[in-house]
Amino acid sequence: MARAKIPRKSTSVDMTAMCDVAFLLLSFFILTTKFKPSEALKVVTPSSVSNKVAPEKDVVLITIDKDGKVYLSVSDQNQTQKADMLDEINTEKNIGLTSAEKANFVKKPSSYIGVPFTQLKSYLGHAPEDLKGITIPGIPVRDSTDNQLTTWLHAATTAFSGIKFNLLIKGDDLSKYPSFQGVIAACKKNDLMKLSIVTNPVAVPAGSELYKINMAAGAQKPQ
Amino acid sequence: MAELDTSGGGHKKGPGVKKAKKLSTRVDLTPMVDLGFLLITFFIFTTTMSQPTAMKLFLPKDVDKPEEQNKVKMSAVITIMLGKNDQVYYYEGDDPTKLQSSNYKAIRDVVLDKKRRTDPKDFVVVLKPTADATYKNTINILDEMTIDGITRYALVDVTPDEYKIVQATEQANGIK
Repeated sequence: MARAKIPRKSTSVDMTAMCDVAFLLLSFFILTTKFKPSEALKVVTPSSVSNKVAPEKDVVLITIDKDGKVYLSVSDQNQTQKADMLDEINTEKNIGLTSAEKANFVKKPSSYIGVPFTQLKSYLGHAPEDLKGITIPGIPVRDSTDNQLTTWLHAATTAFSGIKFNLLIKGDDLSKYPSFQGVIAACKKNDLMKLSIVTNPVAVPAGSELYKINMAAGAQKPQ
Repeated sequence: MAELDTSGGGHKKGPGVKKAKKLSTRVDLTPMVDLGFLLITFFIFTTTMSQPTAMKLFLPKDVDKPEEQNKVKMSAVITIMLGKNDQVYYYEGDDPTKLQSSNYKAIRDVVLDKKRRTDPKDFVVVLKPTADATYKNTINILDEMTIDGITRYALVDVTPDEYKIVQATEQANGIK
């Protein structure tokens, strides 16, 4: 009996369709990715098991760098509040800032305050881009009699009146505790009791109490 | 016409007509697909990794009057002090001289052991970072409280006496 002859098929597959898909996905991911903005202040944050994403709007950010210096910044979307806060300080402390000096803080993205009130005028005389090489002392917080962050936070609370703002603290791993203590003291003075601490996410250690709680919560959900 | 006949001739198509080799228009796209997926993987990983999270910290209100302060049973309290070089010291109750050394790994068992032995409604952990502790240490210990499922803990400043005991212990242990 004659066997039916099976035609031998080529093993090479047409890759065009797959290539299309790959590059479609690639362009999607490139376009949706938001690159981390290059930060003027380099801070290595500690990690925590928290999985809540840090807010980006209506943020007052207190940064503690590795030398324990404290800086204050306001999210770029909130220019009005930024301006109000600086005006408040300007009138209260009689600094006499010109509009150009104010604009250096208010208009420039990711600008921050990192000097005592006495140096504020000369500090804001520079554009944020020029500050790269200059070492700045940070806002004084360690001395409980002259905790200037209290005044700043008071101005921020006034500027954000009516809007609920998020107070974020972003500290460097290596900074010492007294700076953080000063920041907490300043927040407490202004009745700002809810803080968010910026951290890197890590997994909950297996077998720990929280792990068991999460597992129990996860097991109940599907029902 | 004015063409030179360079071919050897004798083709079917006649003299002067070269038989052009027909090249395939298909290109092997496999390496391109590889590259595409490699880049996709890269972007997926970089997007999810760099998202910072926020840990919530609620501060208690400072109460000046002693009668308004929360009373705690001293026997149900464990005080954890954070020293330099990632060292942790702890004592139970209200006697700081019974200080014991530990580290960030071992402290979990200490806390959980104390939790097991204590009435849950009295149990309080008091955290006292000294001036030598880093910010990382402070956040780690706060996070540890979350991991261990402890609901009542307080961040308190270290008293000068306790700080002296910590420093003495550090010297005895040879930690600089």
